[in-house]
Amino acid sequence: MHPAPSVIIFTTLSGLGFGLLVFLGLGFPPVTGWVAFVFFLIAYALSVGGLLASTFHLGHPERALKAFRQWRTSWLSREAIAAVAALLVMGLYALFAVFFGTRIAALGWIGAALSLATVITTAMIYTQIKAVPRWHQALTPLHLTTASLAGGALLAGQITLAQIFLFLGGIIQIAHWLRGDGRFAQAGQSIASATGLSEAGRIRAFEAPHTGTNYLLREMVHVVGRKHAQRLRIIALGLGFVLPLTLILIPGASHGLGGLAVLSHILGMLASRWLFFAQAEHVVGLYYGARG
Amino acid sequence: MTSLPETTQRKLGLVIDLDTCVGCHACVIACKSWNTENYGAPLSDQDPYGAAPSGTFLNRVHSYEITPPHGQAQLVHFPKSCLHCEDAPCVTVCPTGASYKRSEDGIVLVNEADCIGCGLCAWACPYGAREMDQTAGVMKKCTLCVDRIYNENLPPEDREPACVRTCPAGARHFGDLGDPDSDVSQLVAARGGFDLMPDLGTKPVNKYLPPRPKDQWDETDILAPFLEPVADSPQGFLGWLDRALERL
Repeated sequence: MHPAPSVIIFTTLSGLGFGLLVFLGLGFPPVTGWVAFVFFLIAYALSVGGLLASTFHLGHPERALKAFRQWRTSWLSREAIAAVAALLVMGLYALFAVFFGTRIAALGWIGAALSLATVITTAMIYTQIKAVPRWHQALTPLHLTTASLAGGALLAGQITLAQIFLFLGGIIQIAHWLRGDGRFAQAGQSIASATGLSEAGRIRAFEAPHTGTNYLLREMVHVVGRKHAQRLRIIALGLGFVLPLTLILIPGASHGLGGLAVLSHILGMLASRWLFFAQAEHVVGLYYGARG
Repeated sequence: MTSLPETTQRKLGLVIDLDTCVGCHACVIACKSWNTENYGAPLSDQDPYGAAPSGTFLNRVHSYEITPPHGQAQLVHFPKSCLHCEDAPCVTVCPTGASYKRSEDGIVLVNEADCIGCGLCAWACPYGAREMDQTAGVMKKCTLCVDRIYNENLPPEDREPACVRTCPAGARHFGDLGDPDSDVSQLVAARGGFDLMPDLGTKPVNKYLPPRPKDQWDETDILAPFLEPVADSPQGFLGWLDRALERL
């Protein structure tokens, strides 16, 4: 799949932002006043910034409001609703925490649940697509959720929780890659099933429909960036999970080290998201003689 | 509404005969020609006369080389457009309801005024039937020429999809695949029509007919044995050269 920068930035930043909102809603840390203001500013900058970035890949962003209508069937619509609901509820919660110095716990829990739901609905947009076997597996929502919670806990300064989620997130990241590598073969689609010509003999794509490229090839048969996949995996795992975990394990870790851990995690997650798209193979590639 | 209809009154679709398709791409041109100036946004081209042309097409013809276990390789031309699936994954993923499947005839359409151009339906389609128009920013797909098949301003013989109407080989057939007595259903039954990637559970309405088995070389002609090569080893000058080179 085409690793569109807008979508990579969106999933990375809004994942972090909503992850942070989950912990702020639950009262980790139980902040009020100016400290709360800074925390919520960061959370909203990331989540809203990410959502805005996601509209850049739309053909008609001015019609984005129409996307709230089809929650009965569409995970993308559910994501839009969950995101707006989470931002509104957490906004109200933040209003009381910042300006009145009171945390309305129940409101925070609802906001945290909605923030978590937003991350899960984002993950389901990818997980539901059968035509991309690497995404269509149970580990995909688990991977995107743990990554979001790890980043959120780091930003919230919750050392113990961050350790747990970074460790879990790293393990699930590796599992998602390893299981993902075999998913296309497991899904069982081939040029034979795509064309239905298996009984006639051995099949080879002889000629593409056009001499030039097209939308399908650009969007779904993207192969750029797979060359350095193994190196990028090491970078993603190292910067995204191992280095931040090591930094916060240092006893009496300062704010400086914490900031470094966050930065490292973000860079690692950007690499991870690039791979999430670049390595995902769509079955339509079979018609073009590509494996995906 | 992006919920799929429980049942459709009819299942209009195409039957494509891979045995008779000659790969002329006339259906591609007829499709683009009709659909660029009728229903919805035009099918734009980018850099059409330049070094890297690209454009929106609702129908594309692939070609595959099939090598049977015995005999010569053969070429199969493979036109591909929207299969108007009964369980269309492209419809349910749409966040705005722009994508829908009609309950009266099963045609899958895009309401372009509601399409936000997110591209998720194109991802959800395993067949590559949907293409985002780069100029209009909305999703384009085969409409089964919905503006021809019910169009009373056209003479009756033209009330079928442009690709079917134009096919010089008669490789494309249009009809109601939900009616077991229709011509297309009987054709599918007689020729062993099949679905593309049936395991994905999309239940395509369009069917493909397999290429018929080709003649075998050893049955071609009773005179064939007399056409066997008469000289196994070279004679004359070439024979001398052959022997001279052997001795070296």
